[in-house]
Amino acid sequence: MNILDPQGPIGIAEKTILIDSLAIMLAIVLPTIVAIFAFAFWFRASNAKAFYWPTWEYSGRIELVVWAIPTLTVILLGGVAWIGAHELDPAKAIEGPEEPLRIQAVSLDWKWLFIYPDQKVASINTLTVPAGVPLQFELTSASVMNAFFIPQFGSMIYTMNGMTSRLNLQADTPGTFRGLSAHFSGDGFADMHFDVHVVPSEQFSKWAQDASNADKALDARSYDQIASPSMKSEPAIYRLVDPDLFKSIVTQKLPPTKGMQAGVIGAAPKAGVADAR
Amino acid sequence: MLGKLSWSAIPFDQPIPMIASGVVALAILAILAWVVVRGHLPYLWREWITSVDHKRIGVMYTLLAMVMLLRGFADAIMMRLQQSLAFQGQGFLPPEHYNQIFSAHGTIMIFFVAMPFMIGLMNFVVPLQLGVRDVAFPTLNSVGFWLTCTGALLVNISLVVGEFARTGWLPYPPLSELAYSPGVGVDYYLWSLEIAGVGTLVAGINLVTTVLKVRTKGMSYLRMPMFCWTTLATNLLIVAAFPILTATLAMLLLDRYLGFHFFTNEAGGNVMMFMNLIWAWGHPEVYILVLPAFGIFSEVISTFSGKPLFGYRSMVAATMAICILSFMVWLHHFFTMGAGADVNAIFGIATMIIAVPTGVKVFNWLFTMYGGKVRFQTPLLWSIGFMVTFIIGGMTGVLMAVPPVAFVLHNSLFLVAHFHNVIIGGVLFGAFAGYTYWFPKAFGFKLHEGLGRAAFWCWLVGFYVAFMPLYVLGLLGMTRRMQHYDVPQWHPWLIVAACGAGLIFCGIMLQIAQLVVSIRQREKLRDETGDPWDGRSLEWATASPPLAFNFAILPDVSGGDAYWALKYRDTEPSKSDEKPDYEAIEIPRNSATGFVCAFFATLMGFALIWHIWWLVAAGAVGAFATFVVFAWRDHVEDIIPADEVARIDLGNQARRRAVLGAGAAAR
Amino acid sequence: MSAVTFTSAQGDAQALRGLDGGGGSGSSRGWGGPAPKRIVTGYGFWIFILSDMIMFAAFFATYAVLLGQTAGGPSGHDLFNLRNVAIETALLLASSFTCGLASIAADVRNKIWFQVAMAVTCALGLGFLAIEGREFADLVARGAGPTRSAFLSAFFTLVGCHGLHVSAGILWLLTMMAQVFAKGFREDIQRRILCFALFWHALDIIWIAVFTVVYLLGSAK
Repeated sequence: MNILDPQGPIGIAEKTILIDSLAIMLAIVLPTIVAIFAFAFWFRASNAKAFYWPTWEYSGRIELVVWAIPTLTVILLGGVAWIGAHELDPAKAIEGPEEPLRIQAVSLDWKWLFIYPDQKVASINTLTVPAGVPLQFELTSASVMNAFFIPQFGSMIYTMNGMTSRLNLQADTPGTFRGLSAHFSGDGFADMHFDVHVVPSEQFSKWAQDASNADKALDARSYDQIASPSMKSEPAIYRLVDPDLFKSIVTQKLPPTKGMQAGVIGAAPKAGVADAR
Repeated sequence: MLGKLSWSAIPFDQPIPMIASGVVALAILAILAWVVVRGHLPYLWREWITSVDHKRIGVMYTLLAMVMLLRGFADAIMMRLQQSLAFQGQGFLPPEHYNQIFSAHGTIMIFFVAMPFMIGLMNFVVPLQLGVRDVAFPTLNSVGFWLTCTGALLVNISLVVGEFARTGWLPYPPLSELAYSPGVGVDYYLWSLEIAGVGTLVAGINLVTTVLKVRTKGMSYLRMPMFCWTTLATNLLIVAAFPILTATLAMLLLDRYLGFHFFTNEAGGNVMMFMNLIWAWGHPEVYILVLPAFGIFSEVISTFSGKPLFGYRSMVAATMAICILSFMVWLHHFFTMGAGADVNAIFGIATMIIAVPTGVKVFNWLFTMYGGKVRFQTPLLWSIGFMVTFIIGGMTGVLMAVPPVAFVLHNSLFLVAHFHNVIIGGVLFGAFAGYTYWFPKAFGFKLHEGLGRAAFWCWLVGFYVAFMPLYVLGLLGMTRRMQHYDVPQWHPWLIVAACGAGLIFCGIMLQIAQLVVSIRQREKLRDETGDPWDGRSLEWATASPPLAFNFAILPDVSGGDAYWALKYRDTEPSKSDEKPDYEAIEIPRNSATGFVCAFFATLMGFALIWHIWWLVAAGAVGAFATFVVFAWRDHVEDIIPADEVARIDLGNQARRRAVLGAGAAAR
Repeated sequence: MSAVTFTSAQGDAQALRGLDGGGGSGSSRGWGGPAPKRIVTGYGFWIFILSDMIMFAAFFATYAVLLGQTAGGPSGHDLFNLRNVAIETALLLASSFTCGLASIAADVRNKIWFQVAMAVTCALGLGFLAIEGREFADLVARGAGPTRSAFLSAFFTLVGCHGLHVSAGILWLLTMMAQVFAKGFREDIQRRILCFALFWHALDIIWIAVFTVVYLLGSAK
């Protein structure tokens, strides 16, 4: 999950910006730290060799330098920030010869639901994607705020109920990677991680074909079951019955789920409150 | 009759809170018993609890902060222990407890350690530095302090009666809404902060008015010590930012109590609006925390270098620039919410711009040491530790201000390392420097130097051992607030971090030892002259501790570093023989208003949390009645007649001359 | 400390006061010393009023953001009665005027006129609250209460917060009337009257923002 070992163009670009920005700043910070130790040590009271300027408190030249150094650094970094923010905006599509793959992601308590609307497949806590293909994520939440994050692919994005966020990522090489939720969402938060299987394109098509014939179907009733709060959900594959499921969640046609009511002190007793697990 | 409150509110089945609260209850009872049996209660009531003297209130604020530091640090130790144990296992803290612990840790450290520490130091020092007798509104000062105590009390009561919030130190909706947090935890958090927030606002109004309108003769703005400038900037920020917090928490309360829809998922609520509002307060808040520390370092570095602060006007400009800019950067706390490239880029650049005046300050401290005679006593050690540590923390902050970097590091342990880097390295080191520096002024004897140095080194090394691994963990993809994990690469770093916390624990133990030993050895450590560090500003012109009225005659100032000028230009012995023109002095009378008002506020807060509506009404009536009783006072001030002032002051001067005369040969 | 006497807060304190510097920064040789109590108190209260306005600003911002979030329910256009708003405005503005009269009466130390002006101010304020209370009750009865939608939550909170401030102001007003009745125009009571007047006028200013942003702009569409 090392973000310094990126596996896609977004992650690679972000790592480059990180290292470059760090280098620019270290060029100022390291000499300053050295100067702090040097000045403090040389001008220690017991050092008779050091000069003592008891009334020296201003120098125009030093002021100029002292204001200029941070200003110039900030101008440089500001340029990096402006360009980087535009190039790597999560909603910006990734250029490429391949046809992009649409994936819809929904954060629930406490698992991830992934929907492949074009392949008619859905999965819980597991993601399979083709290598070298731009991935167009549309994300929302069916309960509280979360953040979708696959560290080695790059950017994360918040998921919020009633809203759609957009994220564009790409995985370049086949392998198995890890994703997680990067925004605390309650008692089962630590279990919201999922495996990401990056496979060659042909293998992906075959996987999608098989998955669309899965035993389990994701319809309104099984969604209800999935949506109720649970911890440590096992990965599962479904065939997608309703292609508009994501839209129903975003528009709140399927209302947001209620949280866990058990195990809290001082909850006012309410009739018909779901007790989780 | 008792709302939602019942015996089931006490977690009898959970050993940790039961043991912890048992120990604390015993300690409180023991201290109370000792106080009463030894007959100290009237003294405590008269001299401290009902005091409206800024010096007493400042000390009490600082004491509150230090006690709360122990509670917040206990939470930290538990968190580090849990995370070093919970690899492919559940550790010893189930999620519902772990989540409360990290929420309490952040809330306590920011609102009940860092804020009171800084407000306490500002309260104690600023009137002395301005050459005046007290802050602008002494009784209001007392009210503000006791309301802050109410907030701290409520948070701590949640440990044993009910539960605390499980939402983190900022209660993001919809997790903090009633649907997802149906218990009393979030309510404890909200009411505690609303009440303490009033206290903070009051302190802000007080100190702004003091710095702007209550200064001694001749002290124009550009002759004020740097600490007074940072106090001004800090309290302007408090006055401008805390109302936003009050409003936002009130909206969440309305959602939870009356079914409003500000931040709910349904009926049009907007969670993004909460993020914007809370961080519009939240970012100025961190500058409220760190600006006083900057002021402390300006004082300490210039005093312990034997030189005036380099580039005073630049520092003033930088301080006020930081003050204004801090309101323009709040979105950098949620770059990943998807606001779009233009918005993200603008806020990223604005955040970097704030680094400019901050960098200027660091360089000016550097050049204050240049050409000086640097004395490596404990306050200066903290300052050098701060300079190095804060630069690193600031650097990682500017790094995350680049939006693409934030996209991968947001909410990770890299972020956690960054803000601890600047808060511990900046705010806490500043607090400790100020504590050591002004302790002799407050109590008349210095703190033990050897133990102070040992504590410093434990804290410094402990900090790096505890938090540098967290930078690595953030780069390894670990997000914050995880109760357990199964990634093998993370485990060793978390163990190292736990060791660092252990080192910091040693540092804290040494600080406690330092206090105990210093009190025991106070005669040996006595400060006879009132000026133990060869200081430059007016607080060192007073006795240690200062008289109730600070200055017998308000000084007439003709330049910066007013006391330095007094010391080294006023060498004519004949001048000091002249008898000054003493006048009578008014002292505001003590008042129980603050304490009683806070008592009713505590009742109200507790009642609101547990839905005991009749008690809420009773508390409100009581609080209002307290103010009416205060308003009906006829005797508001005591007058010390001029000849009494003369007698006290001349006595002090004679004593001081004797000591200085003995030490003059040594100088 | 021996020989410490206390004094009542009136009269003689002037003679015994310590350094009572000019306080203003007008003197050419710089700062003249700590400002007099009346200036310090007024200044501090202004700072409080500014902080209160920032709190209102947060509620205004919230209202602006949530203006369109009617969740399929009624909007401002459907609900607001501008005639009531006009009456409320007139009452509040008039009460500001009578509050001004009370301040003048306090300056010239005329107890009768002070109490009369304050009583009228109180009546006008209560009238304002009565109309607003009725408006709120009416909205709730029509199913347009604050729990109906985010827009209505924001409306009730912003306007209600102002109403709460007015209520607190009336409580303060009555307390000041009682104080003057019991103790006359003492220095510290004069300072409190100054603060009360500032508070009351500030509420009027906020009301102008409220009826502009909430009612006038909210009725459009």
